Amino acid sequence: MTGKAGVRAARLFLPAAALAAWNFLAPSFAAEENARPPAPPTAPPPAEDTQAGEYPVPPPPFSKGIFPCTECHNKDLPVNKTRRKLEAAHDEIQLHHDEQHRWCLDCHDADNRDMLRSASGELIKFAESYKLCGQCHGDKYRDWKVGVHGKRSGEWNGRKTYLLCVNCHDPHSPKYKSITPMPPPVRPENIR
Amino acid sequence: MKDRETPIVKPNEKPAPEPPGHLTRRQFLAVSAAGAVSVFLAGCTKAGREAFFQSRFKELTGKDIDKVIARLEKEYSEKYGRAVSVSAAPAAEGVLFGYGLDLSRCIGCRRCVYACVEENNLSRDPQIQWIRVLRMNKERGVDIMESDAYYNPAQVPEPEAFYMPTACQQCRNPPCVKVCPTKATWQEPDGIVVIDYDWCIGCRCCMAACPYGARHFNWGPPTVPKDHLNAHMHYLGNRLRPRGVVEKCTFCIQRVREANGHYPACVEACPVGARKFGNLLDEQSEIRYILREKRVFIFKEDLNTQPKFYYFYAT
Repeated sequence: MTGKAGVRAARLFLPAAALAAWNFLAPSFAAEENARPPAPPTAPPPAEDTQAGEYPVPPPPFSKGIFPCTECHNKDLPVNKTRRKLEAAHDEIQLHHDEQHRWCLDCHDADNRDMLRSASGELIKFAESYKLCGQCHGDKYRDWKVGVHGKRSGEWNGRKTYLLCVNCHDPHSPKYKSITPMPPPVRPENIR
Repeated sequence: MKDRETPIVKPNEKPAPEPPGHLTRRQFLAVSAAGAVSVFLAGCTKAGREAFFQSRFKELTGKDIDKVIARLEKEYSEKYGRAVSVSAAPAAEGVLFGYGLDLSRCIGCRRCVYACVEENNLSRDPQIQWIRVLRMNKERGVDIMESDAYYNPAQVPEPEAFYMPTACQQCRNPPCVKVCPTKATWQEPDGIVVIDYDWCIGCRCCMAACPYGARHFNWGPPTVPKDHLNAHMHYLGNRLRPRGVVEKCTFCIQRVREANGHYPACVEACPVGARKFGNLLDEQSEIRYILREKRVFIFKEDLNTQPKFYYFYAT
């Protein structure tokens, strides 16, 4: 832990929190992926795309202009590691995700602002945020890896694309948001 | 003619000699019928005649299939003014399709219903929808009699409800197939129950037999807007249907039977990932994982239809 941070640190925390949001479906385990051809991100890209990660996922859904976090969280902005309500920046983030016990720096790394951190201090890329989510949500993580939790698209017998956890769940407020349903069917008596 | 050679007579009784130049009643009927048929066929186009004499799809081989496909592609392309492809891809070896639907995830948004309509060229008017989403009360559990398919709140999911989408359950023991008098519907080797629209006579016995309400009848000529036509068709799936035939979900046979088989349209459309699809014979598939790890139930199990459509609770 580095020293004291100024009020500005708050700014750092907030973007980091936003980033944490996309811990959804990154591609990082090989063993469990089925023995079928590895699934590169999009439909039929060349083989080199495979290196994107163990799980083909879309890029994290950052808010515009929020990443890289180090744009603002640089040397000029001292880190304040004191848990507090953010006011100087990122005050739009309402944490509804075990907020009694956690705050920004539990998931966002204080020293490397462009990275997330696991409970053990391991740095995690935003593109692999599912690893971070998987620390607590191990059952979902297990299901996600085999395509049972969350959505996989593509070919049932071939290449598939995952979604990151954060594509569906706002990491700061993960409950799935309600949506407008499509119209109900026409009742039989109204079909001519 | 034939009767004359083998008249129906009692044994030991000589047939009464017929006055020369007279037709028997039987001969008269046969000649009239033949005449009527030839007049009818003479009035048909060549394509119409081919369609009239077309064998069952299952009995067609090689060149005959190509001919039928070419005829259909021409017909549809002319009707819609754009190139249409009709596939006749057969089932792949070692594949048995299975479907999973996570009732703990479905939010009842009906995105699947409309994706299916688009993908499968379902009639917009009169409206046909292969997927029906039933709203159920959490307190009552899965109770079909109390369910509502016409719910229309501003937002879903509603706090007191859960949703159970239904469609063809792709039974291993399909009652609809048993009752078809023309064998126009059958189960393919990959488990998909299909219909040959050219052999369906529209008797709707299958609709009466299906306990899931999964079969739908074209009461009127189906309408598909030109700019919404899915030109990628399969003979046994989403090709254009005429009035007077029955149709049903085919697991998007035109998608799943491609060499790189895509997920069915409903799977791709589901915003919450509640819909799962895969090969039941592949231990690595997600559907097998579900059967292994989750609590699964099948719909109306007591009817012994043995669906390949599994409802499950992921949590």
